[in-house]
Amino acid sequence: MKKIVILGAMSTIAIACTRLWANKECEFILIARNKDKLSQIADDLTARGSIVHIKTSDFSDYSKHETLSKECFEKVGNIDILLTAYGTLPDQIECEKNTDIALQEFHTNGLSVISLLNHFAMRMEKQDTVSGTISGTIAVISSVAGDRGRASNYLYGAAKSAVSTYCSGLRARLSRTGIHVLTIKPGFVDTQMTQHLTLPEKLTASPEQVAHDISGAITSKKDVLYTRWFWRYIMLIIVIIPNRIFKKMKF
Amino acid sequence: MKKGTYSSWGMYPYYPQIAHDCMWRDELTTKLKGMVEIHGSTLAYGNGRSYGDSCFAHSDNVLSTRCLNKIILADWETGKIICESGITFEEIIDIALPKGWFLPVTPGTKFVTLGGAIANDIHGKNHHHKGTFGCHIKQFCLIRADQKELICSNQKNTSLFQATIGGLGLTGIIKWAEIQLIPVNSSEIESTAIRFDSLEEFFTISKELDTQYEYSATWIDCLAKNNSIGKGIYFAGNHTKKNTLEIKTKKNKTLPFTLPISAVNSLTLRAFNYLYFRKHKTGRKNILMPYDKFFYPLDGVLHWNRIYGKKGFQQYQCIIPEKNAYNGIKTILKLISDHKCGSFLAVLKRCGDIPSPGLLSFPMPGISLALDFPQNNKLVALFSKLDEIVRETQGRLYPAKDAHMTGSDFRLSYPSWEKVEALRDPALNSRFWKRVTD
Repeated sequence: MKKIVILGAMSTIAIACTRLWANKECEFILIARNKDKLSQIADDLTARGSIVHIKTSDFSDYSKHETLSKECFEKVGNIDILLTAYGTLPDQIECEKNTDIALQEFHTNGLSVISLLNHFAMRMEKQDTVSGTISGTIAVISSVAGDRGRASNYLYGAAKSAVSTYCSGLRARLSRTGIHVLTIKPGFVDTQMTQHLTLPEKLTASPEQVAHDISGAITSKKDVLYTRWFWRYIMLIIVIIPNRIFKKMKF
Repeated sequence: MKKGTYSSWGMYPYYPQIAHDCMWRDELTTKLKGMVEIHGSTLAYGNGRSYGDSCFAHSDNVLSTRCLNKIILADWETGKIICESGITFEEIIDIALPKGWFLPVTPGTKFVTLGGAIANDIHGKNHHHKGTFGCHIKQFCLIRADQKELICSNQKNTSLFQATIGGLGLTGIIKWAEIQLIPVNSSEIESTAIRFDSLEEFFTISKELDTQYEYSATWIDCLAKNNSIGKGIYFAGNHTKKNTLEIKTKKNKTLPFTLPISAVNSLTLRAFNYLYFRKHKTGRKNILMPYDKFFYPLDGVLHWNRIYGKKGFQQYQCIIPEKNAYNGIKTILKLISDHKCGSFLAVLKRCGDIPSPGLLSFPMPGISLALDFPQNNKLVALFSKLDEIVRETQGRLYPAKDAHMTGSDFRLSYPSWEKVEALRDPALNSRFWKRVTD
């Protein structure tokens, strides 16, 4: 039975992932802020045949991260998949006017993720497994927005960029231990976070499609996943646009 | 959660619906109140499988329940499950079937939501044994704009329970519902197909075999003339006793875009019907079929409705009471074959006498006929002739499929409509309801 820990279990992509994994018996620890909503998700997964534990936690409080990771390991022994899925989509204009908000958003989407990953990674690289070899996956939802800072969204982009870069280094370090690190870079996805936006239909993926991609990438031990696949090429172009043109673009 | 606007399955009439999502069931009440303040009224929208305008809000602003697709409680010992109303039958089957449970009643598509199935009191190939879906609802929770949440069942808030089953979503927003599943040993169906050459034969075959088979439905060639009127293939089946509970996942095909014009015309239809009829040899053929193929042959092609082109299509589904069924159906089929254009899928089904708790339930003991027509101006004349026969034979049309019936026909054939109107939540109204009750 797979042991799976979800940081940010209320996220739409996380819900889709857990449902996909629940097709086979799993033991989940779901962590998020809202207890009622977590219980609703837990009831659903329990009905599907999984064992589910829930924990409420506010990820912005770094002092709790160590205890949180410790409790997770105590509960399930070792972790097969750790998925970090929480995040906010900051209002860029607001961030430009208010530095406190800007830093707060950077904390949520960047620093708190790095802090949690640091704590969990320390334990995962030492976890005992039945076979004697260390294994497990740390899957982190970053974003295509982290590939290059754009005028309309660079605070979010900067935080995600920090996460992607951190994951790249973590992957290299942990590759010697057998722990696999997957950086997930979704493009537009139809979720709670993007509910207020009008997204181009052809480029927008459903949470189920993204979950399917994530699950596949974990199985095949992919390093960096763009989901849907075409974002790899879109971002390739965006990254190579020369600055003298890029800075005039309004997206 | 999809952005943009919604239409109905028939893509006719065209009233693009602006969708307002609700992600969590506890937010339904606030969401409903908020929408009523801004738009006056609304209507719950599930997965858009109603054909005509019954899923359109009168305000053209719908409250989408599609994200409310969680199971709240499941007892796999007894087969009772409580789910949020936006869960689809596909999602229920995927979870329940590997555990040995199946839906008590299912329509010809698994893409309907639980809420939609209740609101339209859907029926299936086993109507003659199990009645409508409404017969298997233990209880549900209804949210009304002006009141608190109400639990409705056969014992509690009975009048609202009856008005909501088949109530076209007008009596409140269904938050969750409890249904009783049926135990099965297998995901496969022992099916049989019998080819026949006339309507008389259909009546004999269905009378004889409907008792032996839990499921039955009949494809007919709607272009056949004279003595061959009503020729077709009778399909029936039972859940097999063999233990094979695995679900094979097959990738669905999809029609990626709407065709500029309808691919269904008298030429393609004639060719299809000829080949389809010939494909089935004379005599009986028994085979073991996966449940998917038996119940949901059309679901294999996602968005098959796009084949009818941008103008869309209308489905004509009527039911004629047993005593007038033979003559009524024969006259209707004759009119349709003279019209020269019906659909690939023309379906006859004998409905049984199990009463539904619902006030506006469509089935009655008799024969139901359903077929699709590509939308064009000639339909008005044809449908008015067909309506006349349905009226004379004391039959009725199915609101879930309808985009044309007159208000007087509706009020005549659904005399309980006034009871539903009296219990309707003033915050909810549909284009269909406005059309037939005004």
